[in-house]
Amino acid sequence: MSFPWANEYKPSHPFMKWMDEKLPLPRLVYNSVGGGYPVPRNLNYFWNFGFLALICLTIQIVTGIVMAMHYAANTAVAFDTIEHTVRDVNWGWLFRYAHANGASAFFVVIYIHIFRGFYYGSYKAPREMVWLLGVVIFLLMMATAFMGYVLPWGQMSFWGAKVITGLFGAIPLVGEPLQQWLLGGFAPDNAALNRFFSLHYLLPFVIVGVVVLHIWALHIPGSSNPTGVEVKTESDTVPFYPYYIAKDGWAVGAFAFLFAAAVFFFPNSLGHPDNYIPANPMSTPAHIVPEWYFWPFYAILRAFTQDFFFIPAKLMGVLAMFGAILVWFFLPWLDKSPVRSGSYRPTYKKFFWFGLIPAMAVLFYCGGAPAAEPYVMFSQIAALYYFAHFLIILPIVSAIEKPLPLPYSITEAVLGKDDGAELAPTA
Amino acid sequence: MAEEDGVRRRDFINIAAVSAAGVAGVGVVVPLVSQMSASADVLAASSTEVDISAIQPGQAIKAVFRKQPVFVRNLTPEEIKEANKVDVSSLRDPETLAERTKEGKENWLITMGVCTHLGCVPLGAGEGENKGEFGGYFCPCHGSSYDTAARIRKGPAPKNLEVPEYEFTSDTVVKIG
Amino acid sequence: MARILSILVGLFFTVALLWSFGLGFYTWTTEPAAATAEHEFHLHPKNVHFASDGPFGKFDNQQLQRGFQVYKEVCSACHSLSHVAFRDLEQLGYSEAEVKAIAAGFTVPGTDPNTGESAMVPGSPTDYFPKPFANDIAARAANNNAVPPDLSLMTKARHNGPAYVYSLLTGYRDQPAELLKHFPEAKTPPGLHYNPYFANLNLAMAPPLSGDGQVEYGDGTKSTVDQMAKDVAAFLIWTAEPTLEKRKQTGWAVLGFLLFATILGYMSYRNIWSDKKH
Repeated sequence: MSFPWANEYKPSHPFMKWMDEKLPLPRLVYNSVGGGYPVPRNLNYFWNFGFLALICLTIQIVTGIVMAMHYAANTAVAFDTIEHTVRDVNWGWLFRYAHANGASAFFVVIYIHIFRGFYYGSYKAPREMVWLLGVVIFLLMMATAFMGYVLPWGQMSFWGAKVITGLFGAIPLVGEPLQQWLLGGFAPDNAALNRFFSLHYLLPFVIVGVVVLHIWALHIPGSSNPTGVEVKTESDTVPFYPYYIAKDGWAVGAFAFLFAAAVFFFPNSLGHPDNYIPANPMSTPAHIVPEWYFWPFYAILRAFTQDFFFIPAKLMGVLAMFGAILVWFFLPWLDKSPVRSGSYRPTYKKFFWFGLIPAMAVLFYCGGAPAAEPYVMFSQIAALYYFAHFLIILPIVSAIEKPLPLPYSITEAVLGKDDGAELAPTA
Repeated sequence: MAEEDGVRRRDFINIAAVSAAGVAGVGVVVPLVSQMSASADVLAASSTEVDISAIQPGQAIKAVFRKQPVFVRNLTPEEIKEANKVDVSSLRDPETLAERTKEGKENWLITMGVCTHLGCVPLGAGEGENKGEFGGYFCPCHGSSYDTAARIRKGPAPKNLEVPEYEFTSDTVVKIG
Repeated sequence: MARILSILVGLFFTVALLWSFGLGFYTWTTEPAAATAEHEFHLHPKNVHFASDGPFGKFDNQQLQRGFQVYKEVCSACHSLSHVAFRDLEQLGYSEAEVKAIAAGFTVPGTDPNTGESAMVPGSPTDYFPKPFANDIAARAANNNAVPPDLSLMTKARHNGPAYVYSLLTGYRDQPAELLKHFPEAKTPPGLHYNPYFANLNLAMAPPLSGDGQVEYGDGTKSTVDQMAKDVAAFLIWTAEPTLEKRKQTGWAVLGFLLFATILGYMSYRNIWSDKKH
């Protein structure tokens, strides 16, 4: 498509020819994930995670549809219907565990996918739109996962719903009415459970839609690659089929192996025991935490313990928590470096490995720990670095750092030489 | 020659890998299909015990078996006679009354209350309901008439009302299913 | 321009965090958190092994039957088991007739077939274990203001659940003198019972397994308190997840297949890329 040397779809069978004239769907597939899509030949395994994310989304939708067949969104029976699914429905336990752990797997994959983007500058021009759509997908995923966790109507479901909708109560003036509107009442109850179920079923299909846009936008400039040098000639690329189908294929196998190990042998280790207690609006569990994939943002929320001038601490926390993700939308314009890949940006690379990654690790850890010292202080320092990294360090470093010399082309990076380089004018 | 063997070996591995993916796909379909069939609690609840001591000759009751009505009918001697009078070979679904009841208990006609046409509940088990022109059951949906042995005599239904598996656990209790 | 704005926003958040951190640090150094009795004396569950542990774990049906007996004769007086039906007991090795007899030994809420009024009727295999109290208020009233929790999911609803159940049942003791010396206000209130395996150290449930031989086992196993606690914990592992065995068995088949398929996939990948340096 975008590259002149891309293979053209040539239907051989008369039926496929007929089809191509009426509805060129096979052509679309061929040009998107087939032999017609030229991809940089030097992608490393971090580039498999986009495909894996698609697999995760599929797992979640398929297992989710099954769960919905046996679920009833009513506070009186929701918990029991899940137990019924697990105990009495044929293979019900498998679908329940696959769906619950599938959410975790999806977030593992998506975090690696996002941090691949941070390191290799995948968000930079010309792929800003791919990145923006990706952040939208991440936000939709978080909303979907949150509402899904409410559905079993266990203790964590209930108190999670209460606490998270309580965040909206922090917004000045409209906070309290907004919270009541979200819940359809004063506390989570049937109204909330029913709308969460409805939206939990709807949003994944919205995600599918945005994923289509995400992939569409990706196919305009084509995939990025670990050097960050754009594709120049045919020798820089290989067709997606069979090369990357084979690579993604075996990666799916490895992923499925790890996923199955979790589902069949450690199905509850990422969950919280309290969610096996039916919701009780009269008693809060001793230690409430969201699911692990929300921990960094939960830690940021709790890091603001003091009113800041006339902004109450609670509002500060909410602003920061949402801000921590919203800041990703601005990355393409905050990063001024002419070079994409972190491999050729010595200073940025140090901040990435010795700043951002440890800060995220601390936030992950502290978000799951009790809201007590010293965890709060640790998360304050980590959150401080997190905001400084994206809003202060990245704009300054990207403007002043001197990048390492880039290879002339992907071919040169791979083969050590590129015949085209000698013909090209020296940069 | 060696070259060709190499090529063949490679093709074989690729085909094997794709086949493994296909096997995995089929493997996933098994639980996906099977989760929709009846769950353990539904299967466990698929037998029912009915006390028939209070049913007088000429009366019938509706019991529930597998979430569907079952008609338990105590036939009068006239009704039995009526049923036995019919030339079996003339029936759409030839069966004698004796074949549809237990030996020694020919007066107890136990059938599903589900019309074999499209599954409506026929009339005739309740007091004062229309029993149709053959004195058994009458389905109001599409006008199927059943006789006193609950055999189809008129209308679109293809089969006699189904006789479920049952046994008399005592003179007054029937276990259906 | 964008960068100046960004740095200002960045400063806003970082300064606010510094402010929170500074005050928090000051409080932390000047007012160390007071130690609590819960923090000092709460114990993690004991190490205990069950037949169903580990990736090859299988239920020991003999033990589950003993555990069921303990539940039936001791726990069921106060604790419900509402997600378990009598028919499920067939999985423990009881025959259909035995299950029918067990079910008939319980009375469950039902309807009088003649009057239509609610009545207690003998259980049938499709019934679920009946609740010992009509509702939470009745349960509270009968149990010193504490509701005995449902036990169906107990071993999944606590960290390290099976060991927790076992430890709690065998963990009752007198309050240590040291605790009373350091935390005199933490003296166990009347009506409660000291147990270091319970989160706040004092619980309303009196020691349910009071002495050896409380339950008479049919299989000749000596019914010590330790044995009964272990058996009932094993039984509750089963009630929490009757499909545990099937899950692990299926898991091995799936993992074996996936390993094979992944190796094939990897070989195929190497094959296809063999002519491309990358």
